[in-house]
Amino acid sequence: MKFDRPATQNPIDRLKVVGQPLDRIDGPLKTTGTAPYAYEHHDVVADAAYGWTIGAGIAIGRITRMDLAEAERAPGVIAIVTADNAGLLGKGDHNTVRLLGGPDVQHYHQAVALVIAESFEQARAAAGLVKIDYAAEPGVFDLTAAKGSAIAPEPNELTGPVDTRIGDFAAAFAEAPVTLDATYTTPDHSHAMMEPHATLAAWEGDRLTVWTSNQMIAWATADLAKTLGIAPENVRVVSPFIGGGFGGKLFLRADVLLAALGARAARRPVKVALQRPLIANNTTHRPATIQRIRIGARRDGTITAIGHESWSGDQPGGGLETAVSQTRLLYAGANRMTAMRLAELHLPEGNAMRAPGEAPGMMALEIAMDEVAEKLEIDPVEFRIINDTSVDPENPERPFSARALAECLRQGAERFGWNRRDPRPGRTRDGRWLIGMGVAAAFRNNLLITSGARVRLDGTGQVTVETDMTDIGTGSYTIIAQTAAEMMGVPVERVTVRLGDSDFPVSAGSGGQFGANNSTAGVYAACVKLREEIARRLGFNSEAAEFENGEVRSGNRAMPIAAAAAEGDIVAEDKIEYGDLSERYQQSTFGGHFVEVGVDIATGEARIRRMLAVCAAGRILNPKSARSQVIGAMTMGAGAALMEELAVDTRRGFFVNHDLAGYEVPVHADIPHQDVIFVDETDPMSSPMKAKGVGELGICGVAAAVANAVYNATGVRVRDYPITLDKYLDRLPDVA
Amino acid sequence: MTPFTYERAGSPAEAAAAAARTPGARFIAGGTNLLDLMKLQIETPAHLIDVNGLALDTIEATKDGGLRIGALVRNTALAADRRVRRDYALLSRALLAGASGQLRNKATTAGNLLQRTRCPYFYDTVQPCNKRRPGSGCAAIGGVSRQLAIIGTSEACIATHPSDMAVALRALDASVETVQADGAPRRIPLAEFHRLPGDTPHIETVLEPGELITAVRLPKPVGGRHIYRKVRDRASYAFALVSIGAILHEDGSGQVALGGVAHKPWRVEAAEAELPRGAKAAAEQILAGARPSRDNAFKITLVERTLAAVLAEARG
Ligand SMILES: Cc1cc2nc3c(=O)[nH]c(=O)nc-3n(C[C@H](O)[C@H](O)[C@H](O)COP(=O)(O)OP(=O)(O)OC[C@H]3O[C@@H](n4cnc5c(N)ncnc54)[C@H](O)[C@@H]3O)c2cc1C
Ligand code: SF4
Repeated sequence: MKFDRPATQNPIDRLKVVGQPLDRIDGPLKTTGTAPYAYEHHDVVADAAYGWTIGAGIAIGRITRMDLAEAERAPGVIAIVTADNAGLLGKGDHNTVRLLGGPDVQHYHQAVALVIAESFEQARAAAGLVKIDYAAEPGVFDLTAAKGSAIAPEPNELTGPVDTRIGDFAAAFAEAPVTLDATYTTPDHSHAMMEPHATLAAWEGDRLTVWTSNQMIAWATADLAKTLGIAPENVRVVSPFIGGGFGGKLFLRADVLLAALGARAARRPVKVALQRPLIANNTTHRPATIQRIRIGARRDGTITAIGHESWSGDQPGGGLETAVSQTRLLYAGANRMTAMRLAELHLPEGNAMRAPGEAPGMMALEIAMDEVAEKLEIDPVEFRIINDTSVDPENPERPFSARALAECLRQGAERFGWNRRDPRPGRTRDGRWLIGMGVAAAFRNNLLITSGARVRLDGTGQVTVETDMTDIGTGSYTIIAQTAAEMMGVPVERVTVRLGDSDFPVSAGSGGQFGANNSTAGVYAACVKLREEIARRLGFNSEAAEFENGEVRSGNRAMPIAAAAAEGDIVAEDKIEYGDLSERYQQSTFGGHFVEVGVDIATGEARIRRMLAVCAAGRILNPKSARSQVIGAMTMGAGAALMEELAVDTRRGFFVNHDLAGYEVPVHADIPHQDVIFVDETDPMSSPMKAKGVGELGICGVAAAVANAVYNATGVRVRDYPITLDKYLDRLPDVA
Repeated sequence: MTPFTYERAGSPAEAAAAAARTPGARFIAGGTNLLDLMKLQIETPAHLIDVNGLALDTIEATKDGGLRIGALVRNTALAADRRVRRDYALLSRALLAGASGQLRNKATTAGNLLQRTRCPYFYDTVQPCNKRRPGSGCAAIGGVSRQLAIIGTSEACIATHPSDMAVALRALDASVETVQADGAPRRIPLAEFHRLPGDTPHIETVLEPGELITAVRLPKPVGGRHIYRKVRDRASYAFALVSIGAILHEDGSGQVALGGVAHKPWRVEAAEAELPRGAKAAAEQILAGARPSRDNAFKITLVERTLAAVLAEARG
C-alpha cells in the first residue's frame, strides 16, 4: 500500500480497540518468567555449549602473542575461536569496527576470543587461562583535546547536511541587544539495558539459525550473512523478546558472530551472553558532545539569530552524533547556522542511543533557551512560545504536519503549578532543601519507514499477524494486536501476534521511535488486503463491507468472517510504503517537560521531586504502553541529567565504570513522582494510523528541565553533564 | 570462577585451623561480596570454608553494659534489633544506608567489615592494581579517581574501604573478637583493625592467616544524638562519596568517623576537641595531610559542608 495522500476516515478511527489502554498481551508471559529471552531458548536445540567472550586489554595496537595451550587443556573446553582460526570475515554494513578483533585491536574490550566449554563456569575458568600479550599503540581518547582536529564529514541520509546557514547569522548575532554564547558538554552514555546482548546459534548443514536479542531483524540477518560470507537465505534470525535495547541492539554485535563461529567450531549449538563488564566497551554507546550555542534576541523575546555547533568523536569510519538537528527545526529565527564536526577517537564505537542527536542536542539547547529567557526577564515558557513556528524555519514553504508545542507548554505550566515558581533563583526553601522548577521543550522527529506484515485468518476466526517487527519492551505485540483487531472487527483475544523472525515480512523494526507508527501501518496495509479477500469470498462489496463483532456486514446481510476461511486459511501480505508527504510536511513530535528538584543546601545532592511531561505525538495507539514509554524515557533523561556518564580513562583509552555499580542509572528512590499527559492529536500525514513516535520524545529535553530546575534552586548554572555535586558545591551558599 | 573445594566448619576453632592449614582457603559467610569477586576471577580461592552453620548469629548483652554481635548476624537483623535501634541508632542508620534490602538479608557483620574496595580498576582484571596483583602498579593514580581516597593514601594505592557499617562501628568504639588458627581468642579495637594501604594494599586488615571473626563488641551506650549522613550521586543503592557517622552530645563534644575518604573508616580522635568550634575547624584537623586527586578534591569541601549539616542537625 502506498501512502502518499493524507489519511482520511478509515476503520482505525472507530477506536474500539486502538487507542484503548489495554494491558500488554505478553504481560503474563513476562511476569511468569515464561517469555523466552535470547539466552533462555532451552528447548529449541539440544546440547548447547557455552561461550565466554574475551575482550581486548588495550585500546589500540596489536596482539603479539596469544597462548591458548593451558586453556585448551582445561576441563570441559571444546574449542577456542580467535581471528586466527575463524576464517576470513567481512564486516556488516551497520558496523564501524570489526566484531572479532586480532591481531589488530581497534578498541578496548573488542572481542578477541571465544572460549567454548561444556558449562558456562568451565568456559569462564578456561578464559582466565588464556594469555595474551599486546603491543599497545598511542591513541586519541579525549574529545576535548581532539576537538581542534575535527573535520566536517561527508553528509549522509542519517546526518542530513553537516552545515546549514540561513540569512546572516554573524551580523544578526552581533546586532542583537541580548545574546548568549555558551558551551555545553554531554558525556558518553551507555544503553545499560537489563538484558545483555545474548545469542544461541545452531548450524544445520550450511544453514544458520540464531536466537538473539536484536531490534532490527533484517539488518542483523544481512550483516550476519555478510560478515560470515554466506548467503542471506541461509541465515535465520529469531528475536521474539528483547530485554531492552535503547539502540544498543540495533546492530549485529559480537555475541551473534561469536556464537555462530563458536557453533561452527564446536560442531554443536553454542550460546553466548556478553558479560556485563563488556557491555560498555565492547558494544556501542552514545558519543560525548561539545556544543556551542549562540542565541541573539530582541528585547521582546524574538530570536533573531540562532547558532548551534557540535563536536563529537568516533572510530575511524564512524559517524556524527547529530546534536544540532533539533535546532534546525524547533524555534523561529531569521538568521541561523548549524555545524557538526567529527573527531577521530579510538574509544569504542559510538552509535545510536535513544533519540540519537536530539537527546544530547536538547540537553544543551534547552539550557541555552533558559539562559536567554532569564537575560530577557521573560518567563521561559513564554519565551519558547514567542519563538514557536508553524513552518520549517530553514525551509518556510514546508509546514509542520502538526505542531502543538505551545499547547503542551501551556497545559504543562497549568498542570504543574508553574506560576508558583519564583523566577529569582535560590529563593525557595523547604527545610534543608533548596527548591527549584525547570522547564524544557521536548522535540523529536517522526520517521517514515517501509514496513511489511502478513495476516492469516483461519476457520475458527483466529487472526494471526506475522512481521519481523520487534518488541523491545515497548508494547509492539499489544498495539499490533489492537490494530489487527480493529481492522478485522474481532476482539483482541482473537488475534495472535508473532514477531521478531526473519522468516516473517520485513518491518520497520524498533528504533528512532519509528516502530509503532510504521509497523502498525504495515499491519493495517496487510489487513486491508485480508478484508478485501474475505469480502470477495463471502460475496460482499469490500468498499461497503463493515467488519465488526467477528462478522462482515453490509446492509442487513452479515456473515461471520470465519466462514471465509472454512476451506482453508486466507493469507494476505502487504507493506506500507510512503510517498513524499514527509518531504512536503515536516513531521515531528512535541512536548513540554516540567521538573521540580530539591538541592541539599549543605551537600549539594540534587534530587528530583516531581516530573511532568505533556506530549503531542499524533494518535496514541495505547495510552498505557505509551505512558510507560514516556515515564521510562523521563527516567533515562533524569539519569542523563544527574548521574549517567561513561568515565573515560584518557590515558588508557576505555570506559572505566563498565558495570552497573559504576555506571549509575536512576533507582526508584530517584524518581518519586511522574505524570504524563497526551494532547489530543491525530496526524493524517504520518500514516493511516495517524500516529507518530513517542518513546524518544519522552527523553528529549528532560535533562535540561532538570538542569534548569537546579539553576532555579541554587542560582548555579552547570553546563557540563551530568550535574553532579562536585561541579557546583563550592558555589552553593554557606551552611549555617 | 575457578574450581574450588568446599567444607562446612564444625566450630569456630576448627574453621580457623582449617583455614590456616589449607592453602588458598577462604571463609564464606553471606557470599554477597566474595561470590561476585570469584565470578570476576578477582578472588580465586581453592577452598571455601562455609561458616554459616557456626552459631555466631546472636546479639547478646555483655557484662559491661554493651552488646556482643555475632559475626554471622545479618545486616538486616542487626539494623532491626531493638537494643541497637535504641542505644546505637548510628549503627542501625548506617546499615540501612547501605546496599539493598535483599543484600542486607544475606550480608553478615564480619563479611561487611571485610568487604573489598569498589575501586573500578580493581574490578578490571587486565588493569594494573597493587591490591589485586601486588607489584603490578596502580591504574587509579592519575586515572579516574572521583570515588577514591583523599587521605591516608600511598604511592601504591588510593582505594577506599566502602563499608557504611564500619564507619558507625568506628565512631562507636567497637572492637572485633576473633579466634586464631591455634584456637586462641583475640580482641582488636576497630581503630586498629583495618590497615592503611602503604606498600601492601592487598593486606587490608591485621587478621592473621586463618583468623576468624567471631563477634563485634560495642561498649556501653554513650547516649547523644546519633546521625549517619551518606552523600551520594543517587538517592539509594550507591556507595558513599563521603559519609559521616557522628555521635554528638549537648555539651558540643562528640565522636565523628568518615567513610568514602580513606582505606579504612577515618577517625581522628584529637580533632574531636575542635567540634564545639564548628565544622570548619574540626574538618580541617580530621583531614589534615589529605592528598586528593584532581577528580576528588571536592571531597574536602564536601566533608566540611556535610559535617556542618550534621552539627546543625544535632543542635536543631
Ligand atoms: C550491589 C551491592 C551494593 C552494595 N552496597 C553497599 C553499600 O552501599 N554500603 C556498604 O557498606 N556495603 C555495600 N555492599 C557490600 C555489602 O555490604 C557486602 O557485600 C556484605 O556486607 C558482605 O557480607 P557477606 O556476609 O556477604 O560477606 P562474604 O561475601 O561472605 O565475605 C566477604 C569477605 O569476608 C570474609 N569473611 C566472612 N566472614 C568472615 C569471618 N567470620 N571471619 C573472617 N572472614 C570472614 C570472606 O572470606 C570474604 O573475604 C554492597 C554490595 C553489593 C553487591
Ligand atoms: S587504587 Fe588500589 S585498588 Fe585501585 S587500582 Fe590502585 S591499587 Fe588497585
